[in-house]
Amino acid sequence: MSIRVGESAEAATFPKAAKKLLANTQLRRNVRRATDTIRNKRAKVVGEMPDWEQLRTAAQQIKQRTLRNLDSYLEQFEKACTAAGGKVHWARDADEANKIVVDIIRGHGQKEVIKVKTMTSDETRLNKALEAAGIAPYETDLADLIIQLGNDKPSHIVVPALHRNKSEIRQIFMDTMGLTELGHKPEDLAAAARDYLRERFLRVKVGFSGANFAIAETGSVCVVESEGNGRMCITLPDVLITMFGIEKIIPTFDDLEVFLQLLPRSATGERMNPYNSIWTGVTPGDGPKEFHVVLLDNGRTRVLADEESRETLHCIRCAACLNACPVYRQTGGHAYGSIYSGPIGAILTPQLQGMEHSTSLPYASSLCGACYEVCPVKINIPEILIHLRRKIVESGGAPMTERMGMAVAGFTLEDSGRLGAAQKLVQLGRQPLDALGLPGWSVARDLPAIPTESFREWWKNRGAR
Amino acid sequence: MHLLDTLGVDVETRRSSPVLISLFITCYNDTLFPGTGRAVVRVLERLGHTVEFRESQTCCGQMHYNTGYHPEAVRIMRKFLQDFRGAEVICVPSASCVAMIRDHYPKMAAEAGMEREVADILPLVFEFTELLTDKLGVTDVGATYPHSVTLHTSCHALRSLHAGDRPQRLLQEVRGLDYLQLPASDQCCGFGGTFAIKNAEVSTAMLSEKMRSILETGAEVCTGADNSCLMHIGGGLSRQRATARCVHIAEILASEEGHE
Ligand code: SF4
Repeated sequence: MSIRVGESAEAATFPKAAKKLLANTQLRRNVRRATDTIRNKRAKVVGEMPDWEQLRTAAQQIKQRTLRNLDSYLEQFEKACTAAGGKVHWARDADEANKIVVDIIRGHGQKEVIKVKTMTSDETRLNKALEAAGIAPYETDLADLIIQLGNDKPSHIVVPALHRNKSEIRQIFMDTMGLTELGHKPEDLAAAARDYLRERFLRVKVGFSGANFAIAETGSVCVVESEGNGRMCITLPDVLITMFGIEKIIPTFDDLEVFLQLLPRSATGERMNPYNSIWTGVTPGDGPKEFHVVLLDNGRTRVLADEESRETLHCIRCAACLNACPVYRQTGGHAYGSIYSGPIGAILTPQLQGMEHSTSLPYASSLCGACYEVCPVKINIPEILIHLRRKIVESGGAPMTERMGMAVAGFTLEDSGRLGAAQKLVQLGRQPLDALGLPGWSVARDLPAIPTESFREWWKNRGAR
Repeated sequence: MHLLDTLGVDVETRRSSPVLISLFITCYNDTLFPGTGRAVVRVLERLGHTVEFRESQTCCGQMHYNTGYHPEAVRIMRKFLQDFRGAEVICVPSASCVAMIRDHYPKMAAEAGMEREVADILPLVFEFTELLTDKLGVTDVGATYPHSVTLHTSCHALRSLHAGDRPQRLLQEVRGLDYLQLPASDQCCGFGGTFAIKNAEVSTAMLSEKMRSILETGAEVCTGADNSCLMHIGGGLSRQRATARCVHIAEILASEEGHE
């Protein structure tokens, strides 16, 4: 099996990557400014919904029901989509998925494909596979285009180029679009991207998209976006390929109502997305003549098998947890070594990729709970982080010093006499504290003066005083 | 005559009948911040209640649980349940330990077959400020503290205990205290237990933002219900030689004229 999440298996550990990013003050300023803006917008539009909590619960329950019967919903989707003229492919892992896509494009003798935001294609490293097969992929989501042209990596689930500011984007466009002149206003940049993309929208015969939701009942696929470039990708080409993870299924069309209220408010702070595209199979004389769906597993059934963390698959990729996360706020998304960053990345990447590759991610959190508070599908991310830490410890993946420290601490805390003795040791000097790994602490923080008397000693002596 | 009576505060509105309160000091406070424990005792006794300290107690298991060492955490939970069996009310001067007990004991209990014991003890466990406002029905505890104070509501107090304005209400009744609102008060300070060491750089970057907010208020003192956060913030302030310092809310509430 070639289950992978982009390059995460080779990525640096979180603390190492974070350390490097923390030195980049421009990037941190960009991240802070952007996340603050989205957070405030989200808070405002969520605040005006009196039934927000009920919507969250409804979404959570729909997702729970879906996951309990995922096998039958997937088959129902396949049946309905096929009946509507689509063709459904099942991909167990990244390589299978890439091969399916390459074969379809080759089968039509095409050498180019226009793409719109598909996180799963980053998971499978589809662009690399396409290029190796002599097929040129063009990203058309504005942010993804900036990433592609800048030879960069996405740092946010919804706003992949969030770490870039306007002048950096202008420079990337100047350098890669062969422009000698370009204005500084956002409109100027948008116009440049429009010129660059429109030519491709009209020329390229194959389109590729992801999906936000796939409806089992009708076999329909739904994509929501802000720019309209996705609409171009899914309507203009002759052949359309749509790839998504198997957890994107929802049972009925009615269920969509819940998610279309939650997603835009959580993701961009909008009441509704400017573009909501829903299509079912092929419609003769209108849109693509051929429609393929690639259902991607790539580790998802493995996540499904763990009851304690299964709810990770509820995620609708709104990125509210990223925008709320105080850790993400400092480092941005690249520290997570995966297309999935922030709190959801910290629990999703290790589970998909296999824990052994990303053992530092479940610790990339202070467990402050801000993510859980904003998650529109109520994923208890802190609880899952702890669950994953437990798995790492149980599989012997924790560092030796930590295991010893915890064993000693555990032994000490199981008996008040031992605790009293340990307190005496602490009072004698700072050695025992330092031995537990406090060097990291002392870089920027002083330790408090160690008291000469513990509380229990004070209590004991109290009567005597 | 009780101190509060000399201040002319209506006895009936501020005080419940005397309660036997069992103090769970927590291992952290016991070892590093005994002054907080002494302050809790002083406040509760001043209000006319009786405090007991069960000397067999140690810890709630939070560090082990959060770091992934569940068997150890379950053993510590079992001990906690034994140590506090039969207690009337349990007072904990640490929001994060209360969060540990409330949020995680039920699940751990299900694994360890101790659902009954946990269900019985949960309604008895109060964080110190909760105990004052909710159980004992007081906001004016007769304290005097002539300093400007800002409040860091820890993430556990904020999101797990839903502390709301309880600590603030208590502080605003303190004589001489100038309460200053902390900007971006819902932001984590970056402590997070082992996070502060495993991800020391990110943790201190978060701390820098928190310190900036605190210093912006101009307060002399930053308080809160968690000495873990306060040790982290206070350690950073001290390293920067800032004039602001951290003091647990119990120590403020215990202060009386001429006696801090
Ligand atoms: S985990 Fe929740 S908040 Fe985070 S991206 Fe997924 S749905 Fe949004």
